[in-house]
Amino acid sequence: MTSRVDRIALLAVPGLAYLAVIYALPLLMLLAKSVQTAEGFSLSEYRAFFADEYNLRVLWRTLRVAALTTLLALFIAYPTAFVMSRAKGPWLTVFLVAMVLPMSLGVVVKAFAWSILFRANGFINTTLQWIGLTEKPVRMLFTETALVIGAANVFLPFMVLPIYAVVRQLDRGLPEAAASLGAGPFFRFFNVTLPLTLPGVVAGSAFTFSMAISMYVIPSLIVGERQQTLSMLIARSFLYLRNEPLGSTISAVLLGIAIFVVVFSSWLARRLGARQ
Amino acid sequence: MTQTDRIFRVLSWIVALACVVFLMLPIFITVAASFSASPVYTLPPPEWSLRWYALLERRSGLWDAVVLSLNLAFVSTLISLVLGTLASIAVTRGNFRGREAIATFAVSPLMMPGLVVGVALLQFFREIGLRDAYVSLLLGHIVITLPFVMRTLLASMAQFDFSMIDAARTLGLSYPKAILKVLVPNLAPAYLTSGLFAFLASMDNYPISIFLTDARNKTLPIKMLQYLEEQPDPSLAAMSSGLILLAILVLVFGARTVGLNRMIQG
Repeated sequence: MTSRVDRIALLAVPGLAYLAVIYALPLLMLLAKSVQTAEGFSLSEYRAFFADEYNLRVLWRTLRVAALTTLLALFIAYPTAFVMSRAKGPWLTVFLVAMVLPMSLGVVVKAFAWSILFRANGFINTTLQWIGLTEKPVRMLFTETALVIGAANVFLPFMVLPIYAVVRQLDRGLPEAAASLGAGPFFRFFNVTLPLTLPGVVAGSAFTFSMAISMYVIPSLIVGERQQTLSMLIARSFLYLRNEPLGSTISAVLLGIAIFVVVFSSWLARRLGARQ
Repeated sequence: MTQTDRIFRVLSWIVALACVVFLMLPIFITVAASFSASPVYTLPPPEWSLRWYALLERRSGLWDAVVLSLNLAFVSTLISLVLGTLASIAVTRGNFRGREAIATFAVSPLMMPGLVVGVALLQFFREIGLRDAYVSLLLGHIVITLPFVMRTLLASMAQFDFSMIDAARTLGLSYPKAILKVLVPNLAPAYLTSGLFAFLASMDNYPISIFLTDARNKTLPIKMLQYLEEQPDPSLAAMSSGLILLAILVLVFGARTVGLNRMIQG
């Protein structure tokens, strides 16, 4: 019996070995390189990075844009997941198609479509002027708001689907039982429904946030070079400036944030799971 | 149902419908722009025309990119399905420590910054002296596709009744054959879904690919971004509309065979 179990464990070897060599090892090498100089171990690259005020501004902007994107996506996704879980027939098809079909439009074209919409003579501005909300075109392209809207649009399905998966399995009887015991709608929501759906919210938010801190194509098409993000700094230092040490350091910082998000969100998900 | 419940329900429906419009907006814009007579993206178009579709033929650089991207997506998805099946069986059926850690590790590339993975692979391939752009891209794309496959297969195999495999073996099938003839067909929706998502993720990858391309091997998103910077005419919209049509056909096929809801939930 033990030999059979051991043989089954061996099946994981090809895939794991692959990821170990072509994914984990290169990332570890990148981290190692970022603390290595000609004289040996050194954190000087990091010190230089965090001493530069420009870098700190970029870091802060990256985190802020990602947080706002996640919030906006969550705000739209949460009610949508509930409606989807109750929708039937053609309505359900409409929702599911809206989640999946946009993925066939590449992120490059999607971001470009948003840049068209946000232009001074774009559709949003002409509509705003037509209904008389503004007289002059509003500057939208190259703003953080435009970036957050565009990014939320691209990542929205990754927020809706995990929440939908949880809501669909939610026992409808629980909020009803609470209601029959006299709980009001707000009490029911905050004490019954929300805690039960939090695992989906955590999964979706973690995924959206980690994609948003590392996006490159969307900001480069919507806000351009004027407002850099960490990813744009990485691309610039490797592809244009040929400054590999700087690029490696920023990469390591971004990687650190991403690893923190993964570890923190899985810890949170486990805690939430244990509580139920 | 109280008044407040009713208000909540109406508000949810408004948000959900707005969400559908919001999600579909880039598709509408792209398709509308593709039929525009104008060489710049103005909406609504001043006049309708098919000229950008006709022009597509002459954009040979774009076609090479489409072919390369389709090739990479297909091969990397296929390899991921094989590696992912084996690893998922081990995690679901094996009786060893660290199974959860393996599952987390295998899915983790989904949450790692693409550009960082790209940079790391660039430096690593240079270190080991790998110069072939196609091979580099393929190795990189498997890192993109494998987590999608693992995520869905792990969830589906947890629900699968493995005594069916034992039954098939009692009836004389070898273990590999039993997997191929019993497990794979039973998990067809999971294979279709994860394969589709993996394929799309590979087709759409920019951040990893940008570091691994050379002058001759440019994937579609890289070519498209470059094209938008050089001559942003609607032929790109025309091509994207073609790809959307293809995706609709795949969705219709998926809906007919396994059902949309099952497909999306894996």
